[in-house]
Amino acid sequence: MKQRVKFTFPTKLVTEPIIYGLGKDYDVVTNIRRADVTETQGWVVLELDGNEQDIERGLAWVTKAGVRVDPVGGDVLTG
Amino acid sequence: MMAYARALKAKEGGREYPLEAMNICEWTFSPLEVVYDYEAMRGVVTRERIESGPLSMWRYRDLLPVWDGPIVDMQTGYTPLVKADNLGEVLGLNNLYIKNDCVNPTYSFKDRVAGVAASVAQKLGFDTLACASTGNLAGAVAAHAAKAGMKCYVVIPADLEKVKVVGAAVYGPTVVAVSGTYDDVNRLCSEIADTYRWAFVNINVRPYYSEGSKTLAYEVAEQLGWRTPDHAVVPAASGSLFTKIWKGFNEFLNLGLIEEVRTRMHLVQPQGCSPIVTAFSEGTRDVRPVKPDTIAKSLAIGNPADGFYALDVLKESSGSAAAVSDPEVIDGMLLLAQTEGIFAETAGGVTISGLRRLVESGAIGKDDLTVAYVTGNGLKTQEAVEDRVETIKVQPTMESFKQALGL
Repeated sequence: MKQRVKFTFPTKLVTEPIIYGLGKDYDVVTNIRRADVTETQGWVVLELDGNEQDIERGLAWVTKAGVRVDPVGGDVLTG
Repeated sequence: MMAYARALKAKEGGREYPLEAMNICEWTFSPLEVVYDYEAMRGVVTRERIESGPLSMWRYRDLLPVWDGPIVDMQTGYTPLVKADNLGEVLGLNNLYIKNDCVNPTYSFKDRVAGVAASVAQKLGFDTLACASTGNLAGAVAAHAAKAGMKCYVVIPADLEKVKVVGAAVYGPTVVAVSGTYDDVNRLCSEIADTYRWAFVNINVRPYYSEGSKTLAYEVAEQLGWRTPDHAVVPAASGSLFTKIWKGFNEFLNLGLIEEVRTRMHLVQPQGCSPIVTAFSEGTRDVRPVKPDTIAKSLAIGNPADGFYALDVLKESSGSAAAVSDPEVIDGMLLLAQTEGIFAETAGGVTISGLRRLVESGAIGKDDLTVAYVTGNGLKTQEAVEDRVETIKVQPTMESFKQALGL
């Protein structure tokens, strides 16, 4: 399956190879479409391709590491 | 055919798509926006044509992405633009207006966007409307689905206050209460939208839905005598309303309906959820998501989809931004009610207290023509002020009455 997400990185994780780890350890193919990464913060919009369980486990690891994961397009739940 | 809407266009990269149910560019994953054939509109969409239209948002139908033919019309909009002399006196403003959207069919501005979404969904062949909401949008979508004879699913967080649940459920949708965080609700809704052929108003028909907010600009310009205000004070959740009001003013200019756009756009948020204000005050383009913690629940969007574009509008219009505390929000609600007789929900309290901050900072001058947007009715958030109202208890005797009231 494919999933489109936005990763937002805090300062301490900007230099960590999170996306590489997602591919190497969780077998998720990542395809970056837009990004803005500076020394102090960063966000990346990407497509994830893999089986559902691998993506779920991979995103759980990414989230636990401290990266914020959102669906592309911002929050759906609104007032 | 759709009257003047031409295509969906990606905000990043500019790729164009046909007018179908989609909201994200397949290439850049950026939001899509409806674009129009303004050339064809010039000279046809005139002041006279608008003035001869219905006394509702649909008088601006030419500028909305709806096809010729039936629309889902609940006579939303054309709400009062009230000269607020009493409130102005308190704040030190001589030329203040309140755009009062408390009085729409389901008592918030969300009826505008729901009306467009329902009309487009019906035309595109959907039989089901859906949304994820903590309140106003749920009611607006459910009501429009009822009016249109469409099925409706409303997804809510399981801990949503009963009064808000009732405010949507009464129209007969299937209400799905999700146990989990707001992030969980967001993720589930994205998966639902990918699975079922539903018109999810804030997902696959979002580009059309969001255009409904432009009518808040059109109405103010027309009601002011075909001019724009010097200042517009607008509360922001996703940032969509803020960007669409600016778009609406500039479309009128593009079509020659007004002579200039002189409006400074001011964005206000509650301090407990102010990612756009924070980015603006730090001078950064990076809107960092937050975990909302505010009584202004209708503005509690931690990751605003249009935050980035709201910053563009702030820059283009030389506007400013302010974040207000929850106690200030309540004070704002009470001040508006007790000066102008308008009972607004917490978002309205954000607007009024934000307006106060902007006056105090010197961003708004005392004679400047200022419009403050009040987007929803206070009956929806009574709990916010229930501790600030009191009664005087008396026994059923004149003596007790006179003594208690000092009369």
